[in-house]
Amino acid sequence: MSRPPKKPTPGRKKPAARKPATAKATSAETDEAKTASAAIAKPVLEPAALEELKETWKDAPGLWGWLTTVDHKRIARRYIVTAFIFFLLAGLAAVAMRLQLSRPENDLISPARYNEIFTMHGTTMMFIFAVPILEAVAIYLVPLMVGARALAFPRLNAFSYFVYLAGALLLWVGFILNIGPDVGWFAYTPLSGPEYSPGHRTDVWAQMITFTEIAALSVAVNIACTILRMRAPGMTLSRMPLFVWVHLVVSIMTILALPAVMLASSLLMSDRLLGTHFYNAAEGGSHLLYQHLFWFFGHPEVYIIFLPGVAFVSMIVPTFARRPIVGYIPMVLSQAAIGFLSFGLWVHHMFATGLPRLGDSFYTAASMAIALPSGVQIFCWIATIWSGRPVFRTPLLWAVGFVITFVIGGLTGVMVASVPLDLQLHDTYFVVAHFHYVLIGGAVFPLFGAFAYWFPKFTGRMLSERLGAWQFWLFFIGFNVAFFPMHILGLLGMPRRVYTYPSGMGWEPYNQIATLGGVILFLSISLFIFNVFKSLSSGAKADDNPWDASTLEWSTPSPPPPYNFHHTPVVDSREPLWEHREDLPVMEGLATKKREVLVTSASEAHPDNRQSSPDPSIWPFISALAVSGVLIGTIFSEWAFVWGLIPLTFALSAWFWPKRPRAGKSGEPH
Amino acid sequence: MKRAALLMALALGACSGMQTPLAPAADQAEQIRSIWDVMLWVTSFFYLLVIGFLAWAVWRRRRKETAPPRTQVHDQGLERTLAIWAGMIVAGLTLLISWSFLVDRSLASTQDDQALHITVTGAQWWWRVEYTDGTPDKQFETANEIHLPVGETARIKLMTSDVIHSFWVPNLSGKMDMIPGRENVIDITPRKIGVYRGQCAEFCGFQHAHMALTVVVESREDFNRWRNHQLTPAAPPASPKHALGKAVFKAKACSLCHEITGADAGGRTAPNLTHLASRRTIAAGTLPMNRGSLAGWISDPQAIKPGAKMPNVPMSAAESDALVTYLESLK
Repeated sequence: MSRPPKKPTPGRKKPAARKPATAKATSAETDEAKTASAAIAKPVLEPAALEELKETWKDAPGLWGWLTTVDHKRIARRYIVTAFIFFLLAGLAAVAMRLQLSRPENDLISPARYNEIFTMHGTTMMFIFAVPILEAVAIYLVPLMVGARALAFPRLNAFSYFVYLAGALLLWVGFILNIGPDVGWFAYTPLSGPEYSPGHRTDVWAQMITFTEIAALSVAVNIACTILRMRAPGMTLSRMPLFVWVHLVVSIMTILALPAVMLASSLLMSDRLLGTHFYNAAEGGSHLLYQHLFWFFGHPEVYIIFLPGVAFVSMIVPTFARRPIVGYIPMVLSQAAIGFLSFGLWVHHMFATGLPRLGDSFYTAASMAIALPSGVQIFCWIATIWSGRPVFRTPLLWAVGFVITFVIGGLTGVMVASVPLDLQLHDTYFVVAHFHYVLIGGAVFPLFGAFAYWFPKFTGRMLSERLGAWQFWLFFIGFNVAFFPMHILGLLGMPRRVYTYPSGMGWEPYNQIATLGGVILFLSISLFIFNVFKSLSSGAKADDNPWDASTLEWSTPSPPPPYNFHHTPVVDSREPLWEHREDLPVMEGLATKKREVLVTSASEAHPDNRQSSPDPSIWPFISALAVSGVLIGTIFSEWAFVWGLIPLTFALSAWFWPKRPRAGKSGEPH
Repeated sequence: MKRAALLMALALGACSGMQTPLAPAADQAEQIRSIWDVMLWVTSFFYLLVIGFLAWAVWRRRRKETAPPRTQVHDQGLERTLAIWAGMIVAGLTLLISWSFLVDRSLASTQDDQALHITVTGAQWWWRVEYTDGTPDKQFETANEIHLPVGETARIKLMTSDVIHSFWVPNLSGKMDMIPGRENVIDITPRKIGVYRGQCAEFCGFQHAHMALTVVVESREDFNRWRNHQLTPAAPPASPKHALGKAVFKAKACSLCHEITGADAGGRTAPNLTHLASRRTIAAGTLPMNRGSLAGWISDPQAIKPGAKMPNVPMSAAESDALVTYLESLK
């Protein structure tokens, strides 16, 4: 593909008429002349062309359309809904645990069941709720924010959802059939090994990991590629919204971190299924190998969950403070620094394993160092509010709530980074409190803020502000009532993962307060669900840009059409919709008769070429079924791996079967 | 954090003597406590700064304006403040990292080569305790209860016979894992006479919650008395009822797993019961040591500690009564 002769010249567009003015598009080598003439010709999207565009990008109706769609917005919506349902299930598991712990020596739940419940809670929250839902929001928003018609690999995206769904169902169906895992979300060997965990409980866990990691890796390469090569012309790296920057960093982190846990779980499967000895100390294996592999993934994972929270807050704060973010460059550097540092501190989960003490000190320093980029970001958000003219709508409430709670989690994180202090706090309720402040404070508060903020874009309806504020306050109070006492429980010596405790330890009152907080959280989330359904049935209609925000996703209708934008926007600043309030520049030249996307250069976003984007296809679904067959089959027999490859090969071949060039159809661009 | 400090003070007032790292009774816990204090002050200071700035930002501009947002901004002042803020964070972290490092170095340094040597082996769900000093006839084994002489360093070797456990007596020291294939060591130098509770801190299966141990810190004289007593074999039966109990112990499944020195019972997979009745608890801290607990535990261990490795052993009421009487006599 040749470089285009020139940067596209931004045209002017009146939003009311939606008539773009002259813009020069780029082209692939053979189409140069044709495209150029298209650009010179009257650049109005004729109603006929609009019809063509709609026709080209529409899905088949009904179930077939549901199974074959490659529209990133439809897939993201179902990803979000699925992950949220599992969030509710894992939340109910938490309520069950809180009820069990509300009294000493309670016999509401048996130890075996309790161990399953806390395993399900942790596993679901980490692998089936947090990572997928945050990625799903990115799947929805990244193409819109960078002004693209689709993701880079739309079919891979569909595949990823079905694989994820199969993994999530495997875990919960296993739980219902009483073969759910009971060895904790971390599944340390040898407790999870063949000797101490006979049966299929741990196999279900290990294969669920493989499912969700395949899904997450698919999303990560998709997002990274979309961000690097599909940004609107003119959206240089230094003009990318912070949301997009975060997801670039997170995608790279995901690609580097997740293989470690897949390795950990695959070796575990191999020990259990084939009788290997990776984690058998008696035969020269090592249990610390498992822990290193798990936490080499596990710690970046925390930031893979937290950074998208940063992304939400970084979009919400400027919009409602009515000014650009303070310190764009320090923010970007901080995000990159967190991504980098997060790979250098996994050992702080292993201080109590007796690794060499001097070496541990390095990880203390690296863990504490993360407070610097985090502190810089906190400053920038508050400074943005301080110097702006804040309008307190629900999304901003969540952002403020995020700062108040997350900073506590960050500071207790500094505490547990100290080797000697961690030897006291590790595996106690102090750590439970710490990471709930980090994960709920750092990701769930921003996520609810993001729902409030982007709900109009997702659905075309506004959420109720009044119910939203109620929900926020219930959540904020409930969260602190539930989790703050856990700090004290930890300092009073209560270990994690105990199904009960003796009376007379002084733990009852704090456990009871925590249980009460859990009930308030339950009310808050019920209110949210009510708000969503009420809004979907009778909420006020949302226009394109209800918050008067500055980024490109707000320049298209709510909800956006399948092709996202009538014309590809052209960007010349970090706040395109504030810079060009009436006349967002656009370019044209993308085909309307076939699915086509614009590929631009990685750093400067110069138009590079036009590339066709895949049509809907059933093969991602079939391939996901075949992958699920292999992974679930191997729980029961190693031969499933061999026989399962046959349908998988067939499905993948059909998926990637080269399309015949459409020769000689008149009227099409090519 | 300020709330934390307040609540902490309350909690401490109410619960001194509990299982907590905040009431240290040994050098190791004391040193770690000093890090906690520094951490709490430094982090509280930073938290108050953040919340203060946030509150100022929110109240300063709490009015609605509808003018379109500015895109040209001049933030030089804020950027300078950001640089100062970053400098403060670096200073705070340097202090904390150095403090933590120095304490860690001091904890890791060899304490005393005259240390008392003990091996504690974690098992699902109890602790095997072996005193390994001296010639073999001066060595003995007990379970779930450790006695330490005050003011002397004990060097405890930590092993496991099955899955990973973690040895943790918060008032005395931080925790350390017991990992198959590895040997970890922890030093404890107790400074206060008393009884301290500890418990397994690494999830280890069904009864992780009921895997506690007792550490008794006592004077050197009391310790010697206790040790000399532990070295003796179990007392012979004092009455026919005791003798019946002993016979039941040997005839039923008990002696397959449990050892009673001097009673011809040599099982090694379960706690040594030679001086069972001298301990404060049974079933690894699950029940207090008394006749009722013993009877209940023997009649149905699976009801008290579901999943425990001790099976329900069927026996008649008379047998059970005699067995409990015998066990009670194992002072």
